[in-house]
Amino acid sequence: MSVLYVNGQRVEVPAGASVAAAIAQVTADFRRSVSGESRAPLCGMGICFECRVSIDGVAHRRSCMTPAEDGMQVQTDSGRLDRHAP
Amino acid sequence: MSSRCYDLIVIGAGIIGTSCADAAAAEGLRVAIVEPGPIGGGSTAAAMGHLVAMDDDPAELALTRYSLHEWELFASLPEAEFSRCGTLWVARNEAEARVIPARIARLGAAKVEAHAIDTQNLYELEPALAPGLYGGLLVPREAVVYPPRMALYLAQRAQSNGATLYAGRSASKLGHAAGTDQVLLDDGTQLSGPTLVATGCALPTLLPQLPMRARKGHLLITERYPGVLHHQLLELGYADSAHGDADSSVAFNVQPRPTGQILIGSSREFSATDSAVSPAMVRRMLERAFDFMPSLRQLQALRTWTGFRPTTPDGRPYLGAVPGQNKLWVAAGHEGLGVTTALGSARLMLDLLLGRTPAIDPAPYAPSRVIA
Amino acid sequence: MTLRFDVLIVGAGPAGLAAAQAAASHGARVGLLDAQARLGGQVWRHDVRHPAPGAARDAINALKQVTFLGQHQVIAAEPQRLLVETPQGAEHLSYATLILATGARELLLPFPGWTLPGVTGAGGLQALVKQAWPIAGKRVVVAGTGPLLLAAAATLRKHGAHLLGIVEQAPQSAVHAFARQLLHWPARAVQAVGLRARLAGVPYRFGSIVRHAYGEQQLGAIEIEDAHGKQRLDCDHLALGYGLLPNTELAQLLGCALDYGTPEQASAHPHVIVDRLLRTSVADVYAAGEACGIGGLAAARIEGAIAGHAAAGAEAAASALLPRRAKERRFASLLAKHFALDPRLHQLATPQTIICRCEDVTLSALDGFTDARAAKLATRCGMGACQGRICGSALAELGRFPRSGSRPPLFPARLSSLVQATPSLSDEISRSST
Repeated sequence: MSVLYVNGQRVEVPAGASVAAAIAQVTADFRRSVSGESRAPLCGMGICFECRVSIDGVAHRRSCMTPAEDGMQVQTDSGRLDRHAP
Repeated sequence: MSSRCYDLIVIGAGIIGTSCADAAAAEGLRVAIVEPGPIGGGSTAAAMGHLVAMDDDPAELALTRYSLHEWELFASLPEAEFSRCGTLWVARNEAEARVIPARIARLGAAKVEAHAIDTQNLYELEPALAPGLYGGLLVPREAVVYPPRMALYLAQRAQSNGATLYAGRSASKLGHAAGTDQVLLDDGTQLSGPTLVATGCALPTLLPQLPMRARKGHLLITERYPGVLHHQLLELGYADSAHGDADSSVAFNVQPRPTGQILIGSSREFSATDSAVSPAMVRRMLERAFDFMPSLRQLQALRTWTGFRPTTPDGRPYLGAVPGQNKLWVAAGHEGLGVTTALGSARLMLDLLLGRTPAIDPAPYAPSRVIA
Repeated sequence: MTLRFDVLIVGAGPAGLAAAQAAASHGARVGLLDAQARLGGQVWRHDVRHPAPGAARDAINALKQVTFLGQHQVIAAEPQRLLVETPQGAEHLSYATLILATGARELLLPFPGWTLPGVTGAGGLQALVKQAWPIAGKRVVVAGTGPLLLAAAATLRKHGAHLLGIVEQAPQSAVHAFARQLLHWPARAVQAVGLRARLAGVPYRFGSIVRHAYGEQQLGAIEIEDAHGKQRLDCDHLALGYGLLPNTELAQLLGCALDYGTPEQASAHPHVIVDRLLRTSVADVYAAGEACGIGGLAAARIEGAIAGHAAAGAEAAASALLPRRAKERRFASLLAKHFALDPRLHQLATPQTIICRCEDVTLSALDGFTDARAAKLATRCGMGACQGRICGSALAELGRFPRSGSRPPLFPARLSSLVQATPSLSDEISRSST
C-alpha cells in the first residue's frame, strides 16, 4: 500500500500501482490540452503523453509510467487551475 | 516547346525567396516561384526566428534596421507568431560589460532603442539566470517570429497576387550566361524572364562562381514551461561566436516561444556537412546554456534538429545582379540573419530590379565584390 | 557511468525475455532494459492484484545471469552504445550486439470524441487496470478488432468492470472463418475457448463500429453502427483496439532498414527488415518480435530466442528454431487476413476532429499537405511530446502521408540527461581542439 497526494487529496493505492491509477481515484481530468480540453490517459503504455502531470514539482511526467510512491505530491492541470481560481 | 514568360522567376522559396516573390507580386509583376521541397523548408525551418540587430558591421546594421521596420507591419499577423519579448544580452563580468556603452551608441545611431541593465535589474528581468552575473544590455523592441509559417504566408500572398508556384520542382539549367533568359526545370518545363536565385546554401548548384559555405547549427526545443523565461537571452560574447572563424563554437542563446516552450541554441560548425544531430555538439551547447541558466537542466527536451546557415566569405549577403549574366539576380547568403533581414532584402532587390534608387546603399551587398 | 554488455536487449516483453535467456545460456553478459519498472512488456505486464500467467512466470523465473534495467528509457543512440534515462539520471549502455525487442503499440484511429477522458486503447485500459486503475463497477465497452479485444475484456472483467459488450468491426463470417482455422493451432483454440468462457454473458457484436463518443468533460455515451443502423449506449469507458503497429523508432534512429511494403501493397506502418537469423541491416543489431512485423506472442518468443542465440554467436541453436518461427508467422498472417479493417473506419474523423492531440491540430488544417514535414512546419502537427507516434501513425493509416523519421531524443528527455552521460573519447578530442 502506498499513500500519496493528488491535488492535495490523500489517496491510497496498492503496491505496484501507477500514479495514473491514483489520479483516477480523484479526477478524470489529468491534463489540459493547448486549446484547453480535458485529457486523460489514452495509450496506457507511455506513448501518447496524454497522462502528463506534475509529480513532486516536476512538470510533464507520464503518470502511467511512474510507480506510485509514499508521499508523492501529484498535481494535475485542473488541480492547479482550481487552486489559483479567485 | 514554348516557354512561359514571367517578369520575375524566383528560384527558392525560403524566407528570402518568398519575401522577394511577395514584394514583386505586390508591385504587379508576373511572378513564378520554383521550389522542390516544402515552402520555408530549408534554413528557414531550422532558424530560431529572432529578429535581432547585430551592430558590429554598419552595412548589416543598416539592412537590419530597414528590415525590422518592415517586420513591424506583420506584428499582429497570426501566421508570423510575432512576440515582442525583447533581447537581453548578458554580461558575465565587468570586462564583458565594457562594450555595452559603445553598442548602445551604435544601435542608437541606427534608431534601435537599447539600455544598460545593472545586476539587480538583470535578475528582476530574468530570475532564473545563474547567480554571479554582472549585468546586460536590453533591446526592448526586438521580437521573435515563426519563420516557416511566415514563408508559407508570403508565398500564399504572392500567389493570391497572381504568382505561380512550381512546387516539387527545381531549376536544373539557367540560360542567362548564354545571353537568354531561359530557366529549365527538372520536369522539362521551360520558363523565361528575369531570374532571381534565392537558394541559400544550395547557391553553388546554380551559381558556382559565388562562394558559399554552409555553417551547421544545432537547436533544441523544450516542452511548455510558461513563465520560466521572458526575453531572448544571449551572452554578450555571442558575436565572437557568430562572426569568429573558429571551426566550431557554441554560445548561450535561449528564446521564449509564444507557446511557453524554450528554444535553446546555438552552435556553429564549418566542417560538418551531414545534417545528423551530433550528441557531442548538443552536449557542448547545453553545458554553455546551463552555465547561464542552471534550472534548464530539469526541463524536458522535445526535439533537437540541425540547420545550415548560408555563409559568404565576408558574412554579408549577395543582393544584386550576377556579374556577366543576362537578367540574372541573386539574393542569398544571409548566414544567421536571413529571417531578420529578409523583408528589407526583398525591398532592396525590387528597387534594383525595377531600376529605382534603393532606400539603403546596395554597394556592400553587390555580388561583384567577390568576382574578380 | 558506462555499463558494458555482450548482448544488450531493448524491451523486456516476451521477445526480450526469451532473447535474454537464450543469450545468457551461452555465458554472454546480458543487459535487458525496459522503460517500464517491471519485466513482462505489455502482454505480460505485471498485475498488482492477480498472479501472472504461467508462461510469463516461467519466462521471468528462467532468467539467470541477466541484468534487468527497469525504468530505463532509450533517448539516443551512438555507435555501439545507447544513451538511456532513468529516474536518477542518465547513463550510457555499451554493447557488442544489440537486440531490438521494442514490441508494438496500438493503432489509435481518430473519430469524433476520441479525445474525451474515458476513451483509451483496449490494451491501454488493460495495462492501466493491471496497475490499479479503478475499474470495478464501471460500464465499459471494448471495441475494435481481433482476439486481443477478448484478452483485454477478460482482464477488465476480472478486475470488476461491468462489460456492456464487445464491438468487433469484422463481419461474423470472417470471425467464424478465423475460428475454424484455429483447429490447426490447438493451443490457441483452447485459449480462445477459455477466453469465451470467462466472457460468458457479454454481448459480442460483429460488423459493428463505434462512430462517435459523447460527453462534456469526460465520456458519457457512444454511438455504435451496424448493419441495422445506429444505437446510442451510455458508458464510462470505451476501450478501442484496431490492431497493433511495430515500434520502429529506435531501429530507425540506428539506421536499420525498414520495410514499407511494396508499391502494389504499401504498408502504412513499417517494420524492421531482418534476415533469417534476425540480423538487421546494421551490423551487430538484431530485431525480434513485433518490431519485425506484427506476429503475436508465440512468434515473439521464438524470435526472441533465435535472436538471443544468434547474438551470442550460437548460430546452430538459432537455426534449429527457424521452422517454429515460420509456423507462428503463418498464424499472424491469418489474423491480418480475417481482421482487415473496414474502410468506414478510415472515414470517421470529421474536418473538426483533432488529429494531433499534443498540439490540437484538426483534420481540416491538414488538408492539402502531402508530406509530414510540410504539414508539421505549417500546422505544428506532430511537434508535441508524443513526437507523432499517435497522429503520425493515424495519418499514415488514413492514407494522408507517411510518418517522418526519428531524431534524438527518441522520447522527451531531461536536458540534463543529454549532457550528464560520460563524454566519449571523440568528444574529448573535439573539445580540446576548441
